[in-house]
Amino acid sequence: MQPVINIKNVKKTYIMGTVEVNALVDVSLQINKNEYVAIMGPSGSGKSTLMNIIGCLDTPTSGLYEFNGVNVSEMNDNELAKIRNKEIGFVFQTFNLLARSDALHNVELPLVYAGMKKTDRRESAKEALTHVKLEDRMHHKPNELSGGQRQRVAIARALVTKPSIILADEPTGNLDSKTGIEIMALFDELHRQGNTIILVTHEEDIAHYAHRVIRVRDGMVESDHMVENRITHKAPVSVE
Amino acid sequence: MKLTDFTYEVKEGIGISFQAIRANKMRSVLTMLGIVIGIVSVTLMGTAIEGLSRAFNESVSKLGADVLYVQKFPWFFGGDDWWKFRNRKDIDLKQYRDVKDQATTISAITPLSRRRLTIKYGNRSSDGIIVSGANEQYILTTGASMDLGRFFSQAEANGGRPVAVIGYTVAENLFPSETPLGKNVKIGGVSFRIVGVIGKQGSFLGMDLDNCAVIPITNFLQKFASHRRGIDLNVKVADMKDLENTKEELRGILRKIRSVKPGAEDDFAINQQEMFIQTFNKIGIVVAGIGLFITALSLFVGAIGIMNIMFVSVSERTKEIGIRKAIGAKRSTILLQFLIESAALSLVGGIIGIIISYPLSLLINQILPTSMPILVVLIAIIISVLVGMISGFLPANRASKMDPVEALRYE
Ligand SMILES: Nc1ncnc2c1ncn2[C@@H]1O[C@H](COP(=O)(O)OP(=O)(O)OP(=O)(O)O)[C@@H](O)[C@H]1O
Ligand SMILES: [Mg+2]
Repeated sequence: MQPVINIKNVKKTYIMGTVEVNALVDVSLQINKNEYVAIMGPSGSGKSTLMNIIGCLDTPTSGLYEFNGVNVSEMNDNELAKIRNKEIGFVFQTFNLLARSDALHNVELPLVYAGMKKTDRRESAKEALTHVKLEDRMHHKPNELSGGQRQRVAIARALVTKPSIILADEPTGNLDSKTGIEIMALFDELHRQGNTIILVTHEEDIAHYAHRVIRVRDGMVESDHMVENRITHKAPVSVE
Repeated sequence: MKLTDFTYEVKEGIGISFQAIRANKMRSVLTMLGIVIGIVSVTLMGTAIEGLSRAFNESVSKLGADVLYVQKFPWFFGGDDWWKFRNRKDIDLKQYRDVKDQATTISAITPLSRRRLTIKYGNRSSDGIIVSGANEQYILTTGASMDLGRFFSQAEANGGRPVAVIGYTVAENLFPSETPLGKNVKIGGVSFRIVGVIGKQGSFLGMDLDNCAVIPITNFLQKFASHRRGIDLNVKVADMKDLENTKEELRGILRKIRSVKPGAEDDFAINQQEMFIQTFNKIGIVVAGIGLFITALSLFVGAIGIMNIMFVSVSERTKEIGIRKAIGAKRSTILLQFLIESAALSLVGGIIGIIISYPLSLLINQILPTSMPILVVLIAIIISVLVGMISGFLPANRASKMDPVEALRYE
């Protein structure tokens, strides 16, 4: 079976004045459909850089990146935007919602860029918000929601285009542990429904929700193995 | 890009724009100021030019392009010459009769002298009425027609009968509920019998042309010419095509009867509409020039203001741009969004400008017969949108080229 993500010898170098920072030295990995992968590693090891490349927000300095068999490393801006829009659902540590728009419009926005008709995208956005149990918070602005609720809106936004993969860069990093567990339960559920999930985390417990853990250090893959005693925590997703 | 995608992006852009304007009301309003002033001056200039051209057309039809005005003073001259014209020999009734007898290419001629007087009827009275002393052909030289009754006859004019014809406004004011015909009024304290009312002529340069009365010139000169003064001659040419010939004929006759020596310059002026036309055009060009200058200047200032505030807006919203890019906004999408926003900002300024201009155009209407032409409103709207787009281009372009990762990291 063709992997969803195929990365070979990817390198990312930032140039800071005269200093070269090798954020990614040489990374190769493959991720298949419906995998649930956790990426771990110390601060500054290149996790976010890797995620940004996987999420097509950034392009590698060198190396190959194939997404669903298509070479992404040579795509132009517009093609990347299209992949980001249709194939990737990104969840950020800081939620990154539009402050002036309500939950519904935030979730709807990727569909606006996808060129979907208003009635259809309303429908889909409501469906996604219902999926994350926020059907009664649709018209709340981000500052009228709790942290956990904001992250659920962000997850709904990531889901709404039915992407090939969901990427989450420390999705629980700004949440208390109880809320973090709720969010992880949500990812668990999404995974069971057939989604491919890659998440970055610092916390071992969070990593144990995943099937596979990739450890990164100094811009290189240190280890890559399956999780044995996986947590299948089914915390009730409560609506606070 | 499909057309539907484009319309969704435009709609989204419009939504965002008004959200942004509402979020920064004060800043937006201040930014719009230049555009507001620019649009006010565009619309007022358009309105004034419209007014001038209407006044011009009306004046030509009211005063008649085929009428020559023989007077001591030319209509337009430099201030230095005033005394020279002032000291010219007056035109008198004898000269009028000579011209009338000798001219062959004219269809009507009237001597004319004017003064502002009060007209009274019973306990009603109208001040500042322009009372003209003229002969029976006066009405032919004005292009006006009679509304009621008749103009006074040659016999009445020659005989100096105490008869008068009044303008429409005078009739309305003095005789609100009865016919003025046959009534005796006091003009400047002297009794006159009204034989007719002149039809409505409207106003010209803010002056009500219907606030007038006409009486035989002999009466006028006897009763109201307190100090000896000259008269004018209004001459209607027989054939408009021969206007220049008629002018030459009049010149010849006048030089002869006023004994102007050969080679000396005329000691009278033959004025004509043409001069009005030229002056109107000149005023129009000046108004347009000043208007254009103010407009261009304020639109330029407005454009710089918008560009500045859009740069601010773009950098304030770096994070938002990053988010939008992360979820699939293309460069063109972001470019469009900010172009729409600056266009909307400018358009709102333009609309405010139009709203401010409207009452001002009513003020102009007090002086010139005009109204804000719909074309000018459309042009103002188009201009403001264009200015917005042009001045928003650089900031929007910067926004569209932002790197999504960098933008997302921005706090
Ligand atoms: N835009 C940039 N310019 C220069 N250096 C950068 C840039 N982005 C990242 N780096 C560097 O690349 C390295 C990897 O950064 P990255 O953000 O991927 O780390 P991380 O593993 O996500 O760390 P954390 O766990 O703290 O989020 C760091 O040394 C960082 O300083
Ligand atoms: Mg990171």
